[in-house]
Amino acid sequence: MSALLALPITLPLAAAAVSIVVGRWRTAQRVIGVATLSALVVVSIGLLVHVDRDGAVASQAGGWDAPFGITLIADRLAAVMLVVSLLMLLAVLLYAIGQGEAERAHVGFHPVYLVLAAGVSAAFLTGDLFNLFVSFEVMLTASYVLITLGGRRDQVRAGMTYVVISLVASALFLTTLGFVYASAGTVNLADLAGRFTDLPVGVRQALALLLLVVFGIKAAVFPLFFWLPDSYPTAPTAVTAVFAGLLTKVGVYAIIRTQTILLPADDRPAALLLAIAGATMVVGVLGAIAQNDIKRILSFHIVSQIGYMIMGLGFFTVAGVAGAVLYVVHHIIVKTTLFLTGGLVEHRAGTGHLDRLGGLVRTVPVVAVLFLLPALSLAGIPPLSGFVAKFALVDAGLADGWWLVVAASLLVSILTLFSMTKIWAGAFWGAREPSPGGRPLPALMVAPTAALTALSLGVALFAGPLYALSERAASDLLDGETYVQAVLGE
Amino acid sequence: MTVVLAATAAVLFGCGTFLLLQRQLTRVLVGLALLSHGANLLIVLAAGPPGEPTFVGEGRRSALLDPLPQAFVLTAIVITFGVTSFLLALAYRSWLLTGDDEVQDDVEDRLIATRWSAAEELADAEEAAAAVHGDDLDHHDSTLDGGEARRRAPGERAPDDEVRR
Repeated sequence: MSALLALPITLPLAAAAVSIVVGRWRTAQRVIGVATLSALVVVSIGLLVHVDRDGAVASQAGGWDAPFGITLIADRLAAVMLVVSLLMLLAVLLYAIGQGEAERAHVGFHPVYLVLAAGVSAAFLTGDLFNLFVSFEVMLTASYVLITLGGRRDQVRAGMTYVVISLVASALFLTTLGFVYASAGTVNLADLAGRFTDLPVGVRQALALLLLVVFGIKAAVFPLFFWLPDSYPTAPTAVTAVFAGLLTKVGVYAIIRTQTILLPADDRPAALLLAIAGATMVVGVLGAIAQNDIKRILSFHIVSQIGYMIMGLGFFTVAGVAGAVLYVVHHIIVKTTLFLTGGLVEHRAGTGHLDRLGGLVRTVPVVAVLFLLPALSLAGIPPLSGFVAKFALVDAGLADGWWLVVAASLLVSILTLFSMTKIWAGAFWGAREPSPGGRPLPALMVAPTAALTALSLGVALFAGPLYALSERAASDLLDGETYVQAVLGE
Repeated sequence: MTVVLAATAAVLFGCGTFLLLQRQLTRVLVGLALLSHGANLLIVLAAGPPGEPTFVGEGRRSALLDPLPQAFVLTAIVITFGVTSFLLALAYRSWLLTGDDEVQDDVEDRLIATRWSAAEELADAEEAAAAVHGDDLDHHDSTLDGGEARRRAPGERAPDDEVRR
């Protein structure tokens, strides 16, 4: 099984290379992209089943033993994230092929998309802090290209902000790595887990805080979120959907990973994380209410939702972290679906401005359903997946008596519902027929969106087994022993 | 030696941060380069005191330098090089499109801000008009115009663009 571990990284990179070579022949590019991602979905599901049954799998690249070589490791959290991300990447690729906007605009779309997949997989699978930096760079460099692929004026403007902010975060990450290596003498996460406890408290906390800031910028938590609603909406829909569903969640994954494994149980920054979580939720949703464009509203909601995940982590109990894991899974699916639906609306009506939309519920009822289900799920209406995830979080919070942040999260849910109603009322209700003679919707755009909606219904339907899986992942995370053993093999 | 290098890293970080806060993308670019040089220097320092080159079978084992940070720095330099060239291309593209490489404001954000302030000004003006009646109508109009003008501001370079092409 450990031989398969490198596959989600190497396969898309190789496929990207082939995809460039056959660049003149678009059908070949499409086949390569879809086949690669489909194969990876199968591999990652196999990996998840295996890891859940037999415990974490590790492999040492090049046969160099753990603290010196590059470690790849899949534990339950990594495997779950991998499965959901690859499913999402596949669905969005199909959508992009159906839409044709970004995909046909440039010969580089398919190769860069595959490189992005490789970067995301590498970030989930790596067991080494420096290798995490490299995976982030692979992923981000691909995203820089995707966000500016059209080279339009607004894309260049938004791309600049995005690239510069990401680069500052990268420079800070590199600095932090220097500090970590200087103080602990290793960058292997499993090895660090042992050595971090021996460090002086001040140094340890400073390093943990630096890592939190670095990943906080990538995950767009308060107060480091400002770049996100500015840059995401300008990219083509398929690209925005991938960014919204994945990139920030890789940051959240890195926060969950580093804050649990590096810090001993009695020294975890619970109160700090909960304060950040509360502020992120509230500010994000208030930002969303002020907006007037579908993509921008949804972009602000990404920020708001990140708060829930950080909140679950901030409880630092098995129930809390399990809730956070479940929430990440639910969020990746639902958020991507919402962006894809937003793209359907824009494709149909030619604009995403609520002032210029209306009456879509009569002209394209399918899109209305595809919007309504994930929107209600995002707000946490039972019995949809958002309700399950939020219930797990609230339950975990009340068990520990964190009343304030739980109350904030419930309030934010109501405000989320409010701004979703705003989109609904603006775009779907109303008498006005959108711009003269709306374009027909390609089946290949609607089908992946519908599939993702069905998947989010599946999350609600199989909430029990999924929560049990999240709980197992969470207890692995908080314990840390299994991870260290899988890597160092002691 | 370590102190001098540490001070150099500090200067690099300082200058890099200052340049990052400028509006021109080329300056930001130089700032980012300085910042990553500072970070690289820091990692080299993390390797400890200078030692002999790390080759198997050569030199005394105890005097060898830790090679790992150098591998880190090498990787980081390559990444920075690639991304810097991308940013240069982006700056060039921006110069082609707008005639300079200044990072511009978020247009939509400014629209929303002006929408609120325009609405407030309108309400204020109406209140004033209600209080005084009569000759306040001019004032009312002028605030409206002000709002309109600012709303147009983000796209005001558009005609220039056409000429340049």
